[in-house]
Amino acid sequence: MRTMTMITAWAMAGSALVAAAAPALAADATLKIESWRNDDLQIWQEKIIPDFEKSHPGIKVTFQPTAPKEYNAALNSKLDAGTAGDIIACRPFDASLELFKKGQLTSVNDIAGMSNFSDVAKAGWSTDDGKTSFCVPVAAVLHGFIYNKDAFAKVGIKDVPKTDEEFFADLDKIKKDGTYVPLAMGTPDQWEAATMGYQNIGPNYWKGEDGRAALIAGKEKLTDEAWVAPFKELAKWGAYMGDGFKAQSYPDSQNMFTLGRAAIYPAGSWEIAQFQSQAQFPMGAFPPPVPKAGDPCYVSDHPDIAFGMNAKTKSPEAAKTFLTWVASPEFAKLYANALPGFFSLQSQPVPTDNALAKEFVGFRDSCKSTMRSTYQMLSRGTPNLENETWVESANVINGTDTPEQAAAKLQKGLDSWYKPGK
Amino acid sequence: MSQIEKLSLDVPSIPAATAGTVRQAPARRWYILVFLAPALLVYSALMVIPLADTLRLSLYRKVDQTSVFVGFANFGRLFGDPNWSVHFWQALVNNIYFFIFHLLLQNPIGIALAALLSLPKLRGRSFYRTAFFLPTMLSFVIVGFTWKLILSPIWGVAPTLLGFVGLKSLFHPWLGLESSALTTLALISVWQFVGIPMMLIYAAMLSIPEEVIEAAELDNVTGFAQFWKIKLPLILPTIGMCSILTFVGNFNAFDLIYTAQGALAGPNYSTDILGTFLFRTFFGNQLQLGDPNMGATIATMMFLIILIGVSIYLFGVQQRMRRYQL
Amino acid sequence: MMYTTRTSPLTRGVVHLVLVAYTLLCIGPVLLVAINSFKSRAAIFRSPLSLPDATTFDLIGYRTVLGQGVFARYFLNSMIVTLGSLGCVLLFGAMAAFALSEYRFKGNKLLGLYLSLGIMVPIRLGTVAILNMMVASRLVDTHLALILIYTAQGLPVAVFILSEFMQGISKDLKDAGRIDGLSEYTIFFRLVLPLMRPAVATVAVFTMIPIWNDLWFPLIVAPGEATKTVTLGAQVFIGQFVTNWNAVLAALTLAIVPVLVLYLLFSRQLIRGITAGAVK
Repeated sequence: MRTMTMITAWAMAGSALVAAAAPALAADATLKIESWRNDDLQIWQEKIIPDFEKSHPGIKVTFQPTAPKEYNAALNSKLDAGTAGDIIACRPFDASLELFKKGQLTSVNDIAGMSNFSDVAKAGWSTDDGKTSFCVPVAAVLHGFIYNKDAFAKVGIKDVPKTDEEFFADLDKIKKDGTYVPLAMGTPDQWEAATMGYQNIGPNYWKGEDGRAALIAGKEKLTDEAWVAPFKELAKWGAYMGDGFKAQSYPDSQNMFTLGRAAIYPAGSWEIAQFQSQAQFPMGAFPPPVPKAGDPCYVSDHPDIAFGMNAKTKSPEAAKTFLTWVASPEFAKLYANALPGFFSLQSQPVPTDNALAKEFVGFRDSCKSTMRSTYQMLSRGTPNLENETWVESANVINGTDTPEQAAAKLQKGLDSWYKPGK
Repeated sequence: MSQIEKLSLDVPSIPAATAGTVRQAPARRWYILVFLAPALLVYSALMVIPLADTLRLSLYRKVDQTSVFVGFANFGRLFGDPNWSVHFWQALVNNIYFFIFHLLLQNPIGIALAALLSLPKLRGRSFYRTAFFLPTMLSFVIVGFTWKLILSPIWGVAPTLLGFVGLKSLFHPWLGLESSALTTLALISVWQFVGIPMMLIYAAMLSIPEEVIEAAELDNVTGFAQFWKIKLPLILPTIGMCSILTFVGNFNAFDLIYTAQGALAGPNYSTDILGTFLFRTFFGNQLQLGDPNMGATIATMMFLIILIGVSIYLFGVQQRMRRYQL
Repeated sequence: MMYTTRTSPLTRGVVHLVLVAYTLLCIGPVLLVAINSFKSRAAIFRSPLSLPDATTFDLIGYRTVLGQGVFARYFLNSMIVTLGSLGCVLLFGAMAAFALSEYRFKGNKLLGLYLSLGIMVPIRLGTVAILNMMVASRLVDTHLALILIYTAQGLPVAVFILSEFMQGISKDLKDAGRIDGLSEYTIFFRLVLPLMRPAVATVAVFTMIPIWNDLWFPLIVAPGEATKTVTLGAQVFIGQFVTNWNAVLAALTLAIVPVLVLYLLFSRQLIRGITAGAVK
């Protein structure tokens, strides 16, 4: 607990410093934000930035997103050359940790409001020993399934499926009825198979944080039943996906669902805003089904985005002011309502008005939260576990590999470089 | 620069190329330097030095934020560690397949189109020429996206079109199948780039001296025979040049596959070529951190492969072709 | 023109059939994008192959796109960068190719090889060093930075192709010039360059395409609003509206149009050059 008090003390000192510095920066400062969320450009321009600029005259903010695919490469090049923006959107875990180690991100321990976040919330952007945080957590995303309520009514499904057995029984019903494609998902982009497939349903088998910690500690292996089981479930999905799902891209799947052609969409909560603006039918959400009735349920509640400060910024004080604002409850409220589906990581729950977002955030009450198994520590070496999980999850659904083969490959790759406990 | 100056200025005797002229060869021919300087300057500063810097990285390894010289250890790793070598060989094999596919398809189509376009008194020539060159003008973003849409099983353009000719059952999600994804991408790439050999060969055909054609006509060599016996041999050097440009292009290719299949070049790495392997390694992907040292090692290998290919062309094929032409 | 036309109507028909078929293959996909950009979202999916009619016609995609960025500005940026680099590549490239193919001097072959090294490695690999250089010379977010990079990128291929063509120029002409006492510069600019027009036009087209379509260097070296190119603008767009196919198709159509116009402008020059070179 001593560290906590230390942090609080630092934070208070920091905020005093910022407060003292505030009048000095009346001279205009311009902050450039680097982010991969190009989807959110409009929301930043129209809602978030005006709000900040109104309460902080003298600081101008521009939001300069890069497509997610190019973000890491472009950002690293710009940081190396010193041309990156002042505020950096941080990917969770190693990518940002590496930037911090290179001295390109600064510690944010002294930002007022860091006490608004629990250690778990900060874990994605802290050093391995947890002592230093280098980004202010912004949002987590939840996994689950979004379904078309009309489709469920049409084929006579009254309650959302709670167990695997019910899940597949419902899929069978939808398939038999024939009006809707049961599952809107494809495999060519691969990451959906891993993220919305394996990491979505997996925690119920490997028992969330317990399993994840055991894997990192080397007490469990990916070839154990708890880790192979989700692959076995995935292997059954192919039969319920659309014709030609092997070439159905991510936008294809999104369109398929929002045009009302599919019944269930294995989802991440980030889809909410877009789906609501495009779909013409009522939607609902349910958490990943558990293996047997009465089993405890777990849900992937994954830290996704945070903001840090470029160590080479020319306006460090303005940048700190911005980060302090990001750590405040006002920002959390603004962000949560502007971008439903990105849930604040602050300890105080942030109310949201969005019905579908409410359903998602409700998963937190009934199920235990965990995060994606491959993110912390396990994707540091070669072969990269996250990449391989993408490839193998797609292979399992495509039928290229059996669940056992996939698990064996992943474990073999991990064994080649990861020595637990070191 | 000083070395280049020396190279270009210390010319003692009358050069062979201008030996027949009256003009005395000056001891120092400054104009050569003037002609070469702008290109050499820009090229050296912005291409050679940065690239040399990158290749140099292949001899280093980062340990705790500091670069350590490791000699050829990175190459040992690339070929000795199955985690690397499997991907490297697979990418190389895919790349060779990609290139051979281009060679066998792009040149013949290019020649055929150029031959048709250069037929005398062809109506609509400029329209056709523009149309054939259109795909070459498009960015990878557009090409990748458009073909993904057309081949998408959801949008249904390809199945519908096949349905018109009663072949709907032939439709498969080609881009998503390990067996056909690379071939499909190669076809798209040929579709996009066939305009280049077509234009070059077309230009070469137009520059065949009229006297040659007239002489052939007088000897009653026309039509296909004329094409085979007269035109084709004369445009062989151009075809050679197209092939080597294609070779270099293919072994540097990356954008199309990256746009269509992502950096992991799925499904199951079946469309992975050296360019995508390099990009993934150098710049990283999702949770994979970029590794400039191993990336540079792969880049060096690509460089060597292309160097060997170009040398074979320059010192083997091209010389022989010249002789043949004479 | 002394060609005798011995082609029968049948042969001519077959030739046109082949040409038209291939034209469809080339234009079809682009047309498909263009047609669907004028339709409503539901219609795009229901009947992608039909033309827009009264019920399905919808400009929502264009409204979204044009309501967003400043495409005119992006277009101007692309023009400046493309034409600037093109000018440098052609001039410097032709000069270097002339020197290499015209004069024999020690290290000629070596220099030729040195210049063609650049064909073999993608310049993208030098990104970090290039960016450092641009930062040091304060060229980040300027058109000049992009022009310099693209000049370096275009030179190897330009020199390669131009040297190939240079060798075909008659020696007598140049020697006649030398007898008349013309300087080497005059020989190059007055005698050789005009003859090189077809090759130069060809190189121009091939150099222009990758420059216009490049995404990487604008993203790294000049991402600012004032220097953003059309391709980068369109890409930000496609990323942003990836599921909004109306907007994506409209953005794609808008990105194709300028390239097409540019090519049509150039292609006249290109063809005139080609025919001029051939007929003499």
